[in-house]
Amino acid sequence: MTDHGHNTEKAREGVSRRKVLECMTWAGTGVLWTISGGVPRSLGLIDQAMAQDAPGLTFLQISDSHVGFDRPANPNALGTLEEAVNRVKALPVRPAFMLHTGDITHLSKASEFDDADRLISQARLDVHYVPGEHDVIDEEMKLYRERYGRGTKGAGWYSFDANGVHFVGLVNVVDLKAGGLGNLGNEQLEWLESDLKGRTASTPVVVFAHIPLWTIYPEWGWGTEDSARALTYLKRFGSVTVLNGHIHQVMQKIEGNIAFHCARSTAFPQPAPGAAPSPGPMRVPDDKLRSMLGVTNVTFRRGQQRLAIVDTPLQS
Amino acid sequence: MQNFLAAAALQAMLLAASPIFPAVPAHAAEATVKIDNFTFAPQRLTVKADTTVRWENEDDIPHNIASTSKLVRSKVLDTHDSFSFTFTVPGVYEYFCALHPHMTGRIVVEAATEADNVQ
Repeated sequence: MTDHGHNTEKAREGVSRRKVLECMTWAGTGVLWTISGGVPRSLGLIDQAMAQDAPGLTFLQISDSHVGFDRPANPNALGTLEEAVNRVKALPVRPAFMLHTGDITHLSKASEFDDADRLISQARLDVHYVPGEHDVIDEEMKLYRERYGRGTKGAGWYSFDANGVHFVGLVNVVDLKAGGLGNLGNEQLEWLESDLKGRTASTPVVVFAHIPLWTIYPEWGWGTEDSARALTYLKRFGSVTVLNGHIHQVMQKIEGNIAFHCARSTAFPQPAPGAAPSPGPMRVPDDKLRSMLGVTNVTFRRGQQRLAIVDTPLQS
Repeated sequence: MQNFLAAAALQAMLLAASPIFPAVPAHAAEATVKIDNFTFAPQRLTVKADTTVRWENEDDIPHNIASTSKLVRSKVLDTHDSFSFTFTVPGVYEYFCALHPHMTGRIVVEAATEADNVQ
């Protein structure tokens, strides 16, 4: 990432999308996006950008660690989670905390939760969790609640504030209806409405949940049945970021003031929507696997109403 | 010791009696639904009453079986796990995977006819 024509102030002022894609090709690593007035714009590459900008708040998102998964798509999901944690430990700017957007485990077994916790705790960061459908398999999601449910409402939703940013963790993986998508449910939506009420529209809001809160591909269940109602409560805020997992690939969309983003898994990749008969684990050559797994770094800069989301694969 | 012998004798009697009063009807039918690629196959299955339907998960991802009427609800099946349920009452049973609710299936149970019972 030295002299390649991108590492300059000029590059920071804005490069074309095509140029960005070129950057990604040659660097094989994350591109820092800034979103200003709803228009995404590349700032440059992760290390450069992070070194030059003193961030207001940087936090990390990991997702879909599927501890316990041992099928051919990745026989060692615990190993790749450890690699992700090592990446986090090596970051030049230490994140304030971490979000885990669910599917911590593959089968909600106590031993899987224990293994996940043993590794993730090595990052020495506070971790805010929401469950994925793989974390609520046991009766009444007892194991998840025991570990991560303290101080949460309903099936595990909650909110907190950090550096003036309001964070909302939602649960859309329980009480799913036949033929449907992810589900928030009336009780949670009412809670969300009252949680947001009274906050000023200038408060940056980050919403995180496992299943995407926008409809990506209903044929594979990639969406949330009643997310539209949640979004109506969020619309009046000037800066809203929605972070999801579940689909094991990076995907993003901007709609008004709302930026949607899906993170990679640390365990196995899944196919692009419709690119395979099913959304199951995608087998890729061994030397490609780590380029399709990774973590996501998010930075807010105070007073600029912009945020940067950087996806970094385990290996470029 | 006496109790033990008595119990053993009783058990022997029951075992001897079992061919006369079989617990499972001799004609009990079975059918299989395979789970793979996030689909139930066959997605629609018609069986006679008293058929045992067995779901086998051949997918790389865990799934379960939950009927919308809540009559049937399996534990989550990991790869190669299976679950069986015997449908005794005729009717239409819609079911789905509670983890991936876009996966749906239907079992139609028809009344067993006299001909079915005479084997």
